[in-house]
Amino acid sequence: MPLEIYLDLFSQPCRSVYIFAKKNNIPFEFKKIRLFEGEQYQEEFGKINVLRKVPAIKDGDFTLAESVAIMIYLADKYGTPDHWYPADLQTRARVVEYLSWQHSAIRIHGSKIFWLKLMIPKILGTDVPKEKMDSALEDLDGSLRLFEEKFLQDKPFIAGQKISLADLVAIVEIMQPVGAGLDVFKDRPKLSAWRDRVRAEIGNDLFDEAHQNILGAQDMAKCIDSSKLEIFKPRILKLFL
Amino acid sequence: MPLQLFLDLHSQPCRSVFLFAKVNNIPFEFKKVDLTAGQQYSDEFGKISIIRKVPVMRDGDFILTESVAILMYMVQKFGTPDHWYPADLRKRAQVNEYLSWQHMAMRLHASKVFWFRAMVPLITGAEVPKEKMDSAMEDLNSSLKFFEEKFLQDRPFIIGEKISLADLVAIVEIVQPVGTGLDVFKDRPKLSAWRERVKKELGPAVFDEAHEVIANVHNLRQAFEKNGMLELFKTKLQKLFN
Repeated sequence: MPLEIYLDLFSQPCRSVYIFAKKNNIPFEFKKIRLFEGEQYQEEFGKINVLRKVPAIKDGDFTLAESVAIMIYLADKYGTPDHWYPADLQTRARVVEYLSWQHSAIRIHGSKIFWLKLMIPKILGTDVPKEKMDSALEDLDGSLRLFEEKFLQDKPFIAGQKISLADLVAIVEIMQPVGAGLDVFKDRPKLSAWRDRVRAEIGNDLFDEAHQNILGAQDMAKCIDSSKLEIFKPRILKLFL
Repeated sequence: MPLQLFLDLHSQPCRSVFLFAKVNNIPFEFKKVDLTAGQQYSDEFGKISIIRKVPVMRDGDFILTESVAILMYMVQKFGTPDHWYPADLRKRAQVNEYLSWQHMAMRLHASKVFWFRAMVPLITGAEVPKEKMDSAMEDLNSSLKFFEEKFLQDRPFIIGEKISLADLVAIVEIVQPVGTGLDVFKDRPKLSAWRERVKKELGPAVFDEAHEVIANVHNLRQAFEKNGMLELFKTKLQKLFN
């Protein structure tokens, strides 16, 4: 029975898992979970992941959540090239350091911008106070600065000369606010150069395919049936606003 | 030269690193970074880590932040017993799954409740508005529920028969609000039983030693006041409120 990967490419951690699996020719069945239609709340999916989040995998009778755990599992199981998750003690530590830090930094700050700038006003029809937006932008700015100054520095990639899981996880998160119309790469030449390198390493086609949905988010916002998102409204407003 | 661990035991991730090193007899130099005195903002500490957080590990000229990374580094470098971070693919994945999930769940929610109960009244002179406190408690209860129902289930420890990094990282976060008078273990027999097992595996003496400073919120408040740190934390709290 093939590996099943439950994904919605609007979700950043889904994109990193998707790209990783495709890039490494790991055979899998793409099980689509439409987040904006609430498919994560279906009974069937609850058996895969009681946390009701994506990505999630089912490998035989083994289920697993959390993109970082999934990618490390796949890297070990399929023996992917060393640079993704290096065996070397200190190089690996640099990768793990980034994967840990990013949860409460780039990931949350980038997500927040996506919701505050696009989803909440355009789809949920709720106003976002300027001070909240400014505060969120400040947070993202702070994280991007730390990204450049501590994690990237003058190296081509986070762990050094080669791309790793750290860059993959970073890029998909940094692309999220771009989908909301915020060009985070503008006036950030170092970040832009890194993005170009990452995109080239992943492969332009694969990178673009994975990001098609999120980059089309503004267009989607125009024709989405917002009534489907009503059930999420309280949770989302509590989380981001 | 032994490892240097830059720590303040008020901080949950510092406690997991401290406990792991002690339990595994990993020699290290305890470099105190007094968060109650704002030492993380000193020029000296800025040279160690520009992120200005603890814990930080220095091994020779290699500096590493993030407790999860530090723990995994120590596992790999010192070849600690397998159960901490099993070689078995699935068990290791289960540890990684918890370590990943907890950042924006258990850690976030327990920290928030801790700050709301311990520090907000001190800084603002008033209790946290009921609505905000209720919301924070709701989140913490939800995380504790997921902890019991998904991560622990009917097993003695998160991944099964033996303690791992997952339990260690979980326990230090879950006990954080307790010193403020919130007994998260009350009416949670499964969680309490798990806590007893974890404490026993680590060793009660070292567990208590690690948790001494956080045992009573009064001490923490006194320290902040004495060091004139209240203004600094006003800003931090504004962000938490948002």
